[in-house]
Amino acid sequence: MFYSLVLLPIAGALLAWFTPSNRHRPLVLPVFALLHLTMVADAVISPPLPSPGGWIALDPIGKLFLATITLLFLACAFYAVGYLSYRQERSNRVLCMGLLVCLSAMTLVTISHHLGLLWVAIETTTLAMAPLIYFNRNARSIEATWKYMLICSVGIALALLGLFFLAYSTIVARQEVTLLLEPLIASANRLSPAWLNAAFIFLLVGFGTKMGLAPLHTWKPDAYGEAPGLVGALLAGGLVNCAFLAIIRVYQICMRADDTAFYHNAMIAMGLVSMAFAAVFVVRQADFKRMLAYSSVEHVGILAVALGLGGDALFGALFHVINNGLTKGVLFLSSGNIHRAYGSKNCEQVKGAFQRVPWSAGLFLAGFIAITGSPPFSPFLSEFTIISSIFGKGEMLTGALFLIFLAIIFLGMASSVLPVVMGKTSPAVVKSNYRDRLLTVAPPLFLMAIILMLGLWIPAPLRELLQQSAQLLEVRR
Amino acid sequence: MSEFADQLLVLVMLINFLVLGSSRMAIAIRAVAVQGVVLGMLPAIIHSFSWHLVAIVIGMILAKGVFIPWLLFGAMHKVQIKREVEPFIGYVSTLLIGAITTALAFVFAAKLPLAPEHQGLLLVPASIATTITGFLTLTTRRKAISQVIGYLILENGIFIFGLLLTSAMPVMVEAGALLDLLVGIFVMGIVINHISNEFSSIDTSRLTALKE
Repeated sequence: MFYSLVLLPIAGALLAWFTPSNRHRPLVLPVFALLHLTMVADAVISPPLPSPGGWIALDPIGKLFLATITLLFLACAFYAVGYLSYRQERSNRVLCMGLLVCLSAMTLVTISHHLGLLWVAIETTTLAMAPLIYFNRNARSIEATWKYMLICSVGIALALLGLFFLAYSTIVARQEVTLLLEPLIASANRLSPAWLNAAFIFLLVGFGTKMGLAPLHTWKPDAYGEAPGLVGALLAGGLVNCAFLAIIRVYQICMRADDTAFYHNAMIAMGLVSMAFAAVFVVRQADFKRMLAYSSVEHVGILAVALGLGGDALFGALFHVINNGLTKGVLFLSSGNIHRAYGSKNCEQVKGAFQRVPWSAGLFLAGFIAITGSPPFSPFLSEFTIISSIFGKGEMLTGALFLIFLAIIFLGMASSVLPVVMGKTSPAVVKSNYRDRLLTVAPPLFLMAIILMLGLWIPAPLRELLQQSAQLLEVRR
Repeated sequence: MSEFADQLLVLVMLINFLVLGSSRMAIAIRAVAVQGVVLGMLPAIIHSFSWHLVAIVIGMILAKGVFIPWLLFGAMHKVQIKREVEPFIGYVSTLLIGAITTALAFVFAAKLPLAPEHQGLLLVPASIATTITGFLTLTTRRKAISQVIGYLILENGIFIFGLLLTSAMPVMVEAGALLDLLVGIFVMGIVINHISNEFSSIDTSRLTALKE
């Protein structure tokens, strides 16, 4: 079962590679996305499977991340069919293959309970994404790809060093030398604290680079800005979550150590710094895709703060993983449509998208309202849970900063998004024949519907899953 | 045997200085290739025989000594660049910084809470010094190929630390890490070619269109 979850997208990738027709090749994506979704649904519902040697298992946290990823990928896959029919001038072979390889690697991230295997899977997602960012084949996208490759590779290399430190802490403590999650959690309070701290720092910096925590986020605006909308959606909703999951796994171990204050403080500090960076750069951002990148920096900051706080905020953090992932899907897919319709992503030129692409403009606006944490959408619920837990713990300074950053980012994003959606199209802007079509509008609409539903009503099984996951992260003494 | 291993590690650290001090890219690529081969041989010397070890050693030597240098030389010839010009920090200064950090690496390693059997080994300071050299090369050079070389040295430094715990890293993970590194360099090689087509230079300091 586990093997087929990972191997199925690989089979799809091979099929995409050997499909000769550029027009029919994208159809492979939705077929395999649907197959993957049904298999994931089956794996999530059915009782836990035996894990081969403890390396691979699907725990509640993994289920949450896997479900988010497969839903987001489904939307992106259908969108890709519509999008690529507009881009017949260029071969989409690498794009289709890369997307499916990435799906396979992301699946592996969610189910691996061996940190070395997890590292390999995350590195594979990094590599599989590089050619996709370069899809547009121009000077700006090559620059973005180079920055992404170099910075993320160095980050991932540092994470490997962190893993070595973690393994070394078991040697120094005369424990069984292993990188399996469960034995490490069990023996965490006996590990050498100095090496465990060093491991945590390197892993946080390494996976934090991949996740885009400030000040390690410098590749993010470029990559998100230059990649096609659906690739941006997968980067912001899929890869970010994978990197966050890696940090969660490390955190699970560190939480069982004797003195955990350092880990809490490090996470909260990194999170607040990320939110501060986002607040500074999102204001007066002239490029609406880069603006989304800074919004992503903000939300990884929120996730880090919530994880660092612990307690009730953990429920909010895990819920926010779903909400942020799916809302980013809406935003990137709809902004991709607006970008196409205007041939520009500069807020100076793109105005009044309601007139040209009403559905995409409406979705972009709704996505903006959702991502900034306004009701009735689900990010409001998760952010509210986090904020109330911050004040419940009496962390007044953290809470105040958190709210100030959220307010600045709301205003900053509003000043860019509202003219893009509502303004008046200037006559100087080049005409384009790109209009809303079913396949480019329905996928983000589908994601938006999920976000709205989760905002109004959380199904009981999901709530239970979230609570189980939060318990895994809780410190029990 | 461990004396021979120490000599090899000294060689690795000398190669660090060679890369830091040379402007000719061909020398730097060869130096990193030699460094990779030397490091590939180390596990064979330190650990007792096993087939898994043989596979790792052969894989390392082929990847770092043959395949990656071949890729980098290919990229170098294609873009017609022989020298690193005007690094952000001069060669003498980086050499000096490299020397100081290597010295500090020894001081620092002596203070680390290592396991008793690893006290006084050359592995730890060599690992720290090589990692920092990688960082220095990565951050002070302008050309894309030089940055890839820096990344390789960084990886080598991390690999040296990994030698302390080969038993903890099962074959699959080691092989996976090696494969990922290889594909990573491969993708970087492709990107370098595209940079040179697009900008008619592989000077990464020209990549400045994307800025705040």
